[in-house]
Amino acid sequence: MKARYKRMMFIVLGLVAVAAIAALILNALQSNINHFFSPTEVVAHQAPQDRTFRLGGLVEVGSLEREDDGLTLQFKITDNAEAVTVKYTGILPDLFSEGQGVVAQGKLGNGGVFMAEEVLAKHDETYMPPEVADALEKAEDAAAQGAAK
Amino acid sequence: MIPEIGQFALIIALCLAIVQGIFPILGAQLNIRPWMAMARPVAQGQFIFIAISFACLVYSFVTDDYSVLYTASHSNSLLPVQYKVAGVWGGHEGSLLLWAMMLGLWTFLVTLFSKNLPDEMVARVIGVLGLIAVGFLLFLLLTSNPFERLLPAAPDGRDLNPLLQDFGLIIHPPMLYMGYVGFSVAFAFAIAALIGGRLDAAWARWSRPWTIIAWSFLAGGIGLGSWWAYYELGWGGWWFWDPVENASLMPWLVGTALIHSLAVTEKRGAFKRWTVLLAIIAFSLSLLGTFLVRSGVITSVHAFATDPERGTFILGFLILVVVGSLLLYAWRAPKIGEGGKFELVSKETMLLVNNVILAVMSAAVLLGTIYPMIIEGLASVGLIDAVNKVSVGAPYFNAIFVPLLVPLVFLVGMGPLARWKKADMPDMVRQLRWAFIASAIFAVVMPFLMGGWSWMAALGMVLAAWIVTTAIYSLRARFKATNAELPWGHRLNAIPRSFYGMHLAHIGVAVCIVGATMVSNYMSDKDVRMDIGDTVTVGGYTFRFDGVIETKGPNYTANRGLIRVLQDGREVMTMEPEKRVYTVQTMPMTEAAIDTGIWRDLYVSLGEPVSGGAWSVRVYHKPFVSWLWTGVILMVLGGVVAMSDKRYRVMARKEKKAKAEAKIATPKLATEKA
Repeated sequence: MKARYKRMMFIVLGLVAVAAIAALILNALQSNINHFFSPTEVVAHQAPQDRTFRLGGLVEVGSLEREDDGLTLQFKITDNAEAVTVKYTGILPDLFSEGQGVVAQGKLGNGGVFMAEEVLAKHDETYMPPEVADALEKAEDAAAQGAAK
Repeated sequence: MIPEIGQFALIIALCLAIVQGIFPILGAQLNIRPWMAMARPVAQGQFIFIAISFACLVYSFVTDDYSVLYTASHSNSLLPVQYKVAGVWGGHEGSLLLWAMMLGLWTFLVTLFSKNLPDEMVARVIGVLGLIAVGFLLFLLLTSNPFERLLPAAPDGRDLNPLLQDFGLIIHPPMLYMGYVGFSVAFAFAIAALIGGRLDAAWARWSRPWTIIAWSFLAGGIGLGSWWAYYELGWGGWWFWDPVENASLMPWLVGTALIHSLAVTEKRGAFKRWTVLLAIIAFSLSLLGTFLVRSGVITSVHAFATDPERGTFILGFLILVVVGSLLLYAWRAPKIGEGGKFELVSKETMLLVNNVILAVMSAAVLLGTIYPMIIEGLASVGLIDAVNKVSVGAPYFNAIFVPLLVPLVFLVGMGPLARWKKADMPDMVRQLRWAFIASAIFAVVMPFLMGGWSWMAALGMVLAAWIVTTAIYSLRARFKATNAELPWGHRLNAIPRSFYGMHLAHIGVAVCIVGATMVSNYMSDKDVRMDIGDTVTVGGYTFRFDGVIETKGPNYTANRGLIRVLQDGREVMTMEPEKRVYTVQTMPMTEAAIDTGIWRDLYVSLGEPVSGGAWSVRVYHKPFVSWLWTGVILMVLGGVVAMSDKRYRVMARKEKKAKAEAKIATPKLATEKA
């Protein structure tokens, strides 16, 4: 009887633990998945309004503007079809430059401006020349668009 | 000429590895002694030839031989010589060669420190290591030949990525790979045990020191990587939940479970199947990490040049290893008996829960890391609707780690004091009540000392203090149990080193928790635009920007900012962050200026020039951040102290004696069972 009771305890505790852990993981996963959208999709209102997501493409040449405080920046991310204005306050990563590939994470603000909380530029092992990055981004965007349809 | 020698040496190494993977294992099965005896010399030869090959690649880097494609892509004549050497593992092909050499080195060490193991065991372990080497050498030669020629030769190299031109590159990858590859030894021991059917306390005692040292290397490698990212990436983060970081964390978590599970197998003969399974999983996760990094399936700061062929090869190898070893496990594991019985409240149960938590942590990291691939995979076969690419954010990992860490750390305090088989809970509560009260007080007081209440900070403090106070209690109890008539030194010496090592590593965990908690809750930072003479105050320090001067390094030009730090109106130091531009790739690089202290780091990095001599500047005050890496160092030291425990040596000597006697009694003893 004692052994059976012990085994029951093990099983019950185990099941409770499994259920708790599964709930924890699924809940955490649910609320922390960020989808990726291209500028074309954002312009077509396919991106969510109140959720964090990732916007990726190329930094449009000539679009980078700095406000007087020197820290608030505005630039456009383009997929060579459409472009979205991005606003970001802070210091940009080293590899950020116009014409380069970039991914920004944030939310859509008023007037379709993307308020970025984080800007990621790729730190590649082998340095990627702009035209290669360009081609890659184009392919990626095409794929993303294809997937969205 | 030299590169061809290198490639030829690699081919010879492959041939030797094939021999090493076949004959010793067959010899052990069929009891053919000469075949078993081949294991050591062949493995040593294999290592020597890989080392020759590696030396050839180093030579072509140091002598600027740009007729070698790999050298031309990862080096430059202006590169300082230490980075030329480290540049050897700065790209895919070379780092894979380093991987293979590390595997050879571990195998070589096994051949040296296995004199006391039964011959069948040694033959099987070295044989399994040989099979793994075959996989990696084939991978190198077929898909990633570092010696491929470039005709006509490039006039100069394309240079090493400036991010990699750092002390971190010299030590981080070799250390990390020692850890990664080190789990192959634990894996080989597990497979050898499954083949031979011998899985007992002695087996656990043999594989324990190997596992602990591999675990220590991996801990050190992960810690170094984190430290490197902290000072090199220029924005002071220390862990990013990047897929490649996760790839190294997963085998480490499972390795941590394995160390604890091996303790139960050694002391109580229990958890045998679980231990073997963990050894298999730890190594499989090492391989999975390699796959994630090499195949380019996942976007990461570590991404190497992508090549689908390489990804396919590694994936195939991974599947072969995982499926092969799991089939062997399914076939042989039922023959391994169960170990000693234990009560619900016992050291065994606590270690079991520890193992489950660590396994869950690892599984959760795995899920978060490959979730984007899973979604894409399911969408591509039509099981779910196609969706946009997804990524799993860092908050996911934090949300899982914190709640799991609480019970885990609670057990870190209880476990060492609990008895095997049956622990007395009321007695433990009585023993540890002061430790708990002290931790609680500490947790309430510390946040106020740090400048404000925070539940997370209090939680972190109670966990850290709990580990330290229970460790002190446990050491004191152990000391009291020694012979009181002996002098102090002798009494301290009577406590086994593995006991000290365990507590040292546990305290390392506590120190890490303090660092992580403090820096996450009390860090202050400011991004500011600074004209010459402007000041900004962060964390009680005032930073004054005194302009920028231009300087020149061996292969870069730089703007060096001069920032004077004042405390209570007195100038305490000058910090000189740089913004470099590396000339070959015209790549900008932020070199932060860091003042490291016990209680805080000051961290300053230059942003961009704004206008008229003004710059955007980022200033951080990071309390206790250095504790993170101090904690890792303590864990590594704990591992080293534990594996130097004399029982592994004494035990080894006894085994040797027993073996010698057995040989006299039955010259052809076969431990083969079933």
